[in-house]
Amino acid sequence: MNRLLPLLGFFALVGLLGFGMWWNTKHETNEVPSPLIGKPAPEFTLPLLYDSTKSLSKADLLGKPYLVNVFGSWCATCQYEHPILTEKVKPLGIKLIGMAWKDPPEDSKRWLARFGDPYDAIVSDADGRTGIDFGVYMAPESFLVDAQGVIRYKRIGMFTPELIERELLPELAKLRQAKP
Amino acid sequence: MMRRVLCIVTMMLAGALFGSTAHAIDPLPFKDRAEEVRFQNLARQLRCLVCQNQDLADSDADLAKDLRKQVFEMMRAGKSDAEIKDFLVARYNDFVLYDPPLKPGTWLLWFTPFALVALGAIALVRILRRRARAAVSEALARGTPNDNRDDDW
Repeated sequence: MNRLLPLLGFFALVGLLGFGMWWNTKHETNEVPSPLIGKPAPEFTLPLLYDSTKSLSKADLLGKPYLVNVFGSWCATCQYEHPILTEKVKPLGIKLIGMAWKDPPEDSKRWLARFGDPYDAIVSDADGRTGIDFGVYMAPESFLVDAQGVIRYKRIGMFTPELIERELLPELAKLRQAKP
Repeated sequence: MMRRVLCIVTMMLAGALFGSTAHAIDPLPFKDRAEEVRFQNLARQLRCLVCQNQDLADSDADLAKDLRKQVFEMMRAGKSDAEIKDFLVARYNDFVLYDPPLKPGTWLLWFTPFALVALGAIALVRILRRRARAAVSEALARGTPNDNRDDDW
């Protein structure tokens, strides 16, 4: 028995490292879980992309749930996510707010003209301050905010049809249930 | 990957050419040396969220620039280092701190090494005791051939 101990220890270590490798294939290791989930979304007031004389703030959006999608014309992944937003997310009926993050408005507009505009409203966060308040650190990112203005869910990276099915739909169902 | 390699090579070259220490890249209008030292010190304790193995002082990522600016402005607004860290932790989690705080969520991180050392120590002591016991009983067995050997293994 005692002579087997080192061997057992070795296998335990192999098991542990193997588990780590398996776990890493199942998880996004660069993902930083947001501390904002379950907390009120940060206050913001941002100019509308298509009419910078007008602005949209958190207070304007209270009363109905919405999905904030952080994008930028500089963001390559956003191009892949964009048709998915148009085809899979927009039909869900959730209000879709685009946040053009760290992107000159002219570039955002050109990008949207090229790839289409699935958003109900687009705000421009050109200097990225509001993005920092939301804890954004890459694009695309999406935040599901409920009618009371509380962040319910965050997606870091693009939505795929599978992720919409597995994560977004259940969260939307929860919101619908919560409604009296 | 290629960009990171290029970045490192460029930095090494720059370091060799100018022999300077790594500094936050964008010039910020520090009012004196003390403020700059405080800023650099703080930026080194904060993680860049984009290139996650770099600190904020070191990173050339665009977001790191914005966060440096944010930190600088908060310093100017009279915020303490702790307040600035809290501000970032509230948005980006403890992950932004290079030195993770001790709390239930990080117990595993902090205590596993000590637990492993303790486990090793216990195993070592047990093995040594057993050996000592075995040696004693062997000596006894040799000394008094009729004695019953009570080897337990």
